[in-house]
Amino acid sequence: MEDAFIINRLQFAFTIMFHYIFPQLTMGLGLLIVVLKGLALWKGDQRYNESAKFWAKIFAVNFAMGVVTGIPMEFQFGTNWAKFSVFAGGVIGQTLAMEGVFAFFLESSFLGLFLFGEKKLGQVGHFISAVFVFLGSWLSGYLIVATNAWMQHPVAYSTAADGSVQLASFWGLLLNPWAGWQYAHTMLGSVITAAFVMSAVGAYYLLANRNETHGKIFLRVGVIAGLIASVFSAFPTGDIQGKNVAKHQPVTLAAMEGLFETKRGAELVLIGQPDMDKLKIDNPLHIPRMLSFLTYNRWKAEVKGLDAFPRENWPDNIPLLYYAYHIMVGLGTIFIAIMAAAAFLLWRRKLYSTRWLLWILMLAVPFPYIANTTGWMTADLGRQPWLVYGLMRTVDGISPTVSAGNSLFTLIGFMGMYTLLGLLFLFLVLKTVFQGPGSAHGEAVN
Amino acid sequence: METFWFIAIGFMLTMYVILDGFDLGAGIVHLIAAKSDDERRSILNAIGPVWDGNEVWLLAAGGTLYFAFPLLYASSFSGFYLPLMMVLWLLMLRAIGIEFRHHIHHPLWKSFWDVVFSIASILLTIFLGAALGNVVRGVPLNTDGYFFEPLWTTFTVVPEAGILDWFTLLMGLVAFATLTAHGANYIAMKTSGKLLKRSRAISRIAAWGVLATSLLALIAVSTIRPQIWHPYSAHPWGFIFPLIGLAGLGGMFYFHQKTSDTAAFLSSTAFIAGMAASTAFGLYPNLLPASTSPEYSLTIFNTAAGEYGLKVGLVWWIIGISLTCLYFAYLFYSFRGKIKLPAQGEGY
Repeated sequence: MEDAFIINRLQFAFTIMFHYIFPQLTMGLGLLIVVLKGLALWKGDQRYNESAKFWAKIFAVNFAMGVVTGIPMEFQFGTNWAKFSVFAGGVIGQTLAMEGVFAFFLESSFLGLFLFGEKKLGQVGHFISAVFVFLGSWLSGYLIVATNAWMQHPVAYSTAADGSVQLASFWGLLLNPWAGWQYAHTMLGSVITAAFVMSAVGAYYLLANRNETHGKIFLRVGVIAGLIASVFSAFPTGDIQGKNVAKHQPVTLAAMEGLFETKRGAELVLIGQPDMDKLKIDNPLHIPRMLSFLTYNRWKAEVKGLDAFPRENWPDNIPLLYYAYHIMVGLGTIFIAIMAAAAFLLWRRKLYSTRWLLWILMLAVPFPYIANTTGWMTADLGRQPWLVYGLMRTVDGISPTVSAGNSLFTLIGFMGMYTLLGLLFLFLVLKTVFQGPGSAHGEAVN
Repeated sequence: METFWFIAIGFMLTMYVILDGFDLGAGIVHLIAAKSDDERRSILNAIGPVWDGNEVWLLAAGGTLYFAFPLLYASSFSGFYLPLMMVLWLLMLRAIGIEFRHHIHHPLWKSFWDVVFSIASILLTIFLGAALGNVVRGVPLNTDGYFFEPLWTTFTVVPEAGILDWFTLLMGLVAFATLTAHGANYIAMKTSGKLLKRSRAISRIAAWGVLATSLLALIAVSTIRPQIWHPYSAHPWGFIFPLIGLAGLGGMFYFHQKTSDTAAFLSSTAFIAGMAASTAFGLYPNLLPASTSPEYSLTIFNTAAGEYGLKVGLVWWIIGISLTCLYFAYLFYSFRGKIKLPAQGEGY
């Protein structure tokens, strides 16, 4: 049973981390394509249209990957987490079913129109189909975040006679106070990814002296979107999300921050390694009283440390949680710095010739993906040892009849399949980037 | 209320089999009907704008099943663990087969994805048929409403049968023949020239396959699960569903004679809808019958979610599905008529 539990968790973690590589770009890029398409319509400039079309190609491959890796997520609720589904299906079945019925149909029908229908729909119709694809993907994002938000902070439910939870208020579930900020933070994260990807391709074109008109458009749109999204993802959304954790999951906050002892005027640990035997941070670099201030806006406020909670309620992998959180915050801060510098030079009209910053923008591509992944790791490792916070332990959620051997078989299968998918994806996206927008092959598209 | 959701999910699954059925069928006939690259691109362009949306019917039906009958979702998904995971892998391979083929203009690259697409379509169809076979035959549910089936045991219909036995394989063949005909009808409707002629020929042969396998399946079902006829003797109006299916089958033969491709496609659609509705009518109110003992069967009553949730769902489901039907009508209307093959580089 213990083996099956660990393998089920590993399989879910692996498949969802791989899956989320794609939707974060889909949602962010969906917005940026609408921007490019809108600029093309507004300015009547063909270069924007070519840019939109170039990104639509990458969007299509990325979207297909998101769909095929997303189906296993829905399936695994039933296959590997049957007890959880029986327990919570009466509540989160709502959001998951609505995602299928509203968001997926919207996205997939209009994506067909967007990719195949430019000639049939005309420019305005094509723009509208891009808007619907964007809306569909963002709606899908909301319903998934609302599902996760309910697991973090269960609301709007009642307990039935058989012990399962059932929905008590539809709007209570959809307007879960946890969901709004988590959603804003998540969506900004996905815009950051798309902005960095777009800027990186633009930077590459300028550095390589090719496709320079399009490269400049990518940089302009990417840097402006990137600056706005990075700033808002830290403040107010990240800040308020942190305060929500402090209020509703104080033990999680203590674990994330590496605060072992309750104290007034708690320090903010920037770097250091949690030592779980001695229950302290090794080699700490910290700012005195900063944690108290960030959490409660008072320098001397008391922040509860891990010692204030019974050990069976501590998240079960504190070092990993601590690192995930610190990586996310650290990278988020660096993103603001990079994008602020780039935006400043863009304003001074020097960005296109500042090669060192173009190099940084080009090489920064993996980091927003890492930040988004570690952000979700913070949310869901922080939720442990609960599957539904305060209501159901993760260990109690697995399928009773699926043996560890069967789970391991499929975990290995997923690893093989995803290695293949990942390589193909990289290969096709890089090929599209090297081919460039408005190129010989692009001409045939018109 | 539970009955409404039984019908709703039945409707969504039927839509899935009809819609994704024709693109699965297109995949089945892909290698035989289309020989040249242009012909294969015609097939892929015929399903290109719609296949992804078609597949969403399965996802949305799954989501709705999870929402309305959580216990059934949990029990059946964990019980059918291995075949479902294999279905997932096949869905992935098939999707990338369609989406990745046109990115590189090299004959080896294209042949590889053509074969992946076709084999994945064939296996998926047989698995989906076998899945239906498992539901009709029943599974070894325990007192808690759970079970676990291996992929196969002895291929006989015994209490500890596997996912695959002779009966479920037969159901797989029914699905294979049906979707071959359905897919070939769709391709015939959307294309012209040699491809059209070959599709018609395939569809004709497949119609005989449908007739033969369906007759065998009918006899098999009546021996293995005679209870499926009980609702019919209690409510004879239910016979309208098998009659619709029968009319569809007759229509396929008739319109093949008339070489009316659209009417033949509508006939295979009617056959699928009629057969799906007949099965659902025969199962009601069971969702997953137990082969162990009838009182362990999962029904719409012992697996349903709470009353309030189901009532709220009624509102958004009706709105959502109405919108969906609008999108689909618009989508299919936009891409109506025969395929005009675009230049290399656009579409597929």
